[in-house]
Amino acid sequence: MSADNATDNATDHPDTVAILAGLAAGLASAEIKIVDLTHRLDPDFPIIVLPPEFGQCAPFRMEEISRYDARGPAWHWHNISLGEHAGTHFDAPIHWISGRDLPNNTTDTLPVQKLVGQVCVIDCEAESDADDDYEMGVDKIAAFEAEHGEIPAQSWVLMRTGWSRRRGADYINLRADGAHSPGPDAAAVRFLVEQRDIIGFGTETVGTDTGQAVHSDPPYPAHYILHGAGRYGLQCLANLDQLPPTGAILVAAPLKIRQGTGSPLRVLALIP
Amino acid sequence: MTTSLPPLPEPVRKDPQKKTPSALIPPSARSRLGMRLSAEAARGRFRLPHCNACNQPVWPPREACPACLSSLQWRDADATGTLIAETTLETSPELYFRERTPWRVGTVDLAGGVPVMAHLHAQCRIGDTVTLRLFLDKADRAVFMAFSDLDSPDLREDIQLRELTNDPRHRRVLITDARTPAGVALAKAMTKAGAKRIFAGIGDAWKRDAAIEALEGMETVSTVPLDLTDTRSVEELCGEIGGKVDILVHNAEQVRPGGVMAGRGIADAKQLHEKLVFGFMRLAESFGPVMRSRGADGVNAATAWVNLLSVYAHANWPAYGQHSAAHAATLSLAQCLRGEMQGSGVRVMNAFAGPLEQDWHDQVLPPKVTADRLAREIVGALQGGQQDVYIGDVARDVAERFEDDAKLLEMELAGDGQ
Repeated sequence: MSADNATDNATDHPDTVAILAGLAAGLASAEIKIVDLTHRLDPDFPIIVLPPEFGQCAPFRMEEISRYDARGPAWHWHNISLGEHAGTHFDAPIHWISGRDLPNNTTDTLPVQKLVGQVCVIDCEAESDADDDYEMGVDKIAAFEAEHGEIPAQSWVLMRTGWSRRRGADYINLRADGAHSPGPDAAAVRFLVEQRDIIGFGTETVGTDTGQAVHSDPPYPAHYILHGAGRYGLQCLANLDQLPPTGAILVAAPLKIRQGTGSPLRVLALIP
Repeated sequence: MTTSLPPLPEPVRKDPQKKTPSALIPPSARSRLGMRLSAEAARGRFRLPHCNACNQPVWPPREACPACLSSLQWRDADATGTLIAETTLETSPELYFRERTPWRVGTVDLAGGVPVMAHLHAQCRIGDTVTLRLFLDKADRAVFMAFSDLDSPDLREDIQLRELTNDPRHRRVLITDARTPAGVALAKAMTKAGAKRIFAGIGDAWKRDAAIEALEGMETVSTVPLDLTDTRSVEELCGEIGGKVDILVHNAEQVRPGGVMAGRGIADAKQLHEKLVFGFMRLAESFGPVMRSRGADGVNAATAWVNLLSVYAHANWPAYGQHSAAHAATLSLAQCLRGEMQGSGVRVMNAFAGPLEQDWHDQVLPPKVTADRLAREIVGALQGGQQDVYIGDVARDVAERFEDDAKLLEMELAGDGQ
């Protein structure tokens, strides 16, 4: 499509021009606020812990190339390295075996139209405070909808647990029998995908699943069901307590990595 | 009856107005033949050239036997002799000794009638039957030292012996990867040897485990955040404690089986090299220069940098081929560091072990080295001032075969895996 055509199309739909102009004005005046839902990429930010005989995700690392010195007199820069699934990150469908044969299932091929969308935030802080292993069920979603209306199709759904305020050992919460952190149960994920047609599901914890999800049926139900249906995951989110339950817009664009299974990213939300 | 010695002075806090003394080294010129003695001493051996015909030890080393002109061979020597002369140096044109006088030296008549000049332990008296030991001095050159009683409880109170060794006593030790069985055992063994303080490096502090709890329960131990794969983490710790590390132990370990074809892949190999090889470099870039500048900093001067290495650093063991390669690279860097530390008074010691008694060697037959033994022998080698120590039967066997014929060892390892 040429630039001229794009202009013609826009002219055909004056509503969208007005909407974008309104958005621009709202952003300029800060009536529409932008909330950062991202953790800082830090070398000591916890990553998922797997048994040591499995391959491991590399944590974030940074090496200086030069710092206004003999290695580069006027400039300062770094080489960075990290796994696709380190820090606040995006899961593409190809990440899980259930999504491996879907079309456009990688970070470089997924449709960008899906990367900006409305977002519903389900507040599970009280339940997660009371129980590290809290599983959000369909009943919790029903209660949310009773209060805030039905989750619109093609929404992002985020599970707010307060987990992002935890640090270090408390965040990953490892015990001898593995990690303990809240997440959705299989029925809830299936409901969101099949009945509500969501774009994706996001959490504050290190994964979209509970810490003990290897023992669920199916194992890792959020990963299995979401990615099997071509939906996306977001994890290690922060500041969800600054979002309204409905009405915000989420911007979550992963890096365009060739055949990427996921990507660290900056997640932003536009709030009224 | 040996005389008792007063205890070494406890290190006092530094006077901030005084300059830290520069590291000086004793005379280091040796012929290649003379250097051979240093190579023996580096490995904790007492070997001298012996005549192949008359079987007598020859000293100083020569090209042929001075009695019968037959060829010579270096082999284990009888280290017993008699102290026949002694003197105390009160002054010296050598800067190193000038700072250290009075200094006792003497002549020992080795059993074979060979006179040897030796440093004297404070308990030696003329006429004593003495045992000689070889040590590397601050220039990494071999010197003899005579002892009248190696079992004396006061043995290590001797200032001349302390100068030749790297005793952990009164010293502060950094264990770079303390969250391992070897790390915990090292903390215990160093404490037992009288180390004043142990800095226990903990990576991924967000993972708690029994090792951390064991370390936190020890009075001498301070756990410190240290991730060898993270340059910033190493720099930050060095900023905090760099000037207090007298002995650094690079004991990072990540044993995984596998070679290069059906191995565990590049991701695993990278992780291994990040920790062992680049971890070594990060430590060397940060802690190296600080330690080098503190090689003569009083009783608790920086004294040793210890690397825990696999004996398969010398020749690849294909069953653990990736692991061997990472250790070979680390050994090479350690040799480089040794060169760069020359003249600083800081010894670079390599402790080689065979398979350790740990989860990732569960398919390897014994003998395997336990963490306690590893730690004990590392401490022993520091107290003995060695450069290289081989711990356990497997390490000693591999080292012997390597010294005998490196190519043959390579072929043997390729053949049967061990």
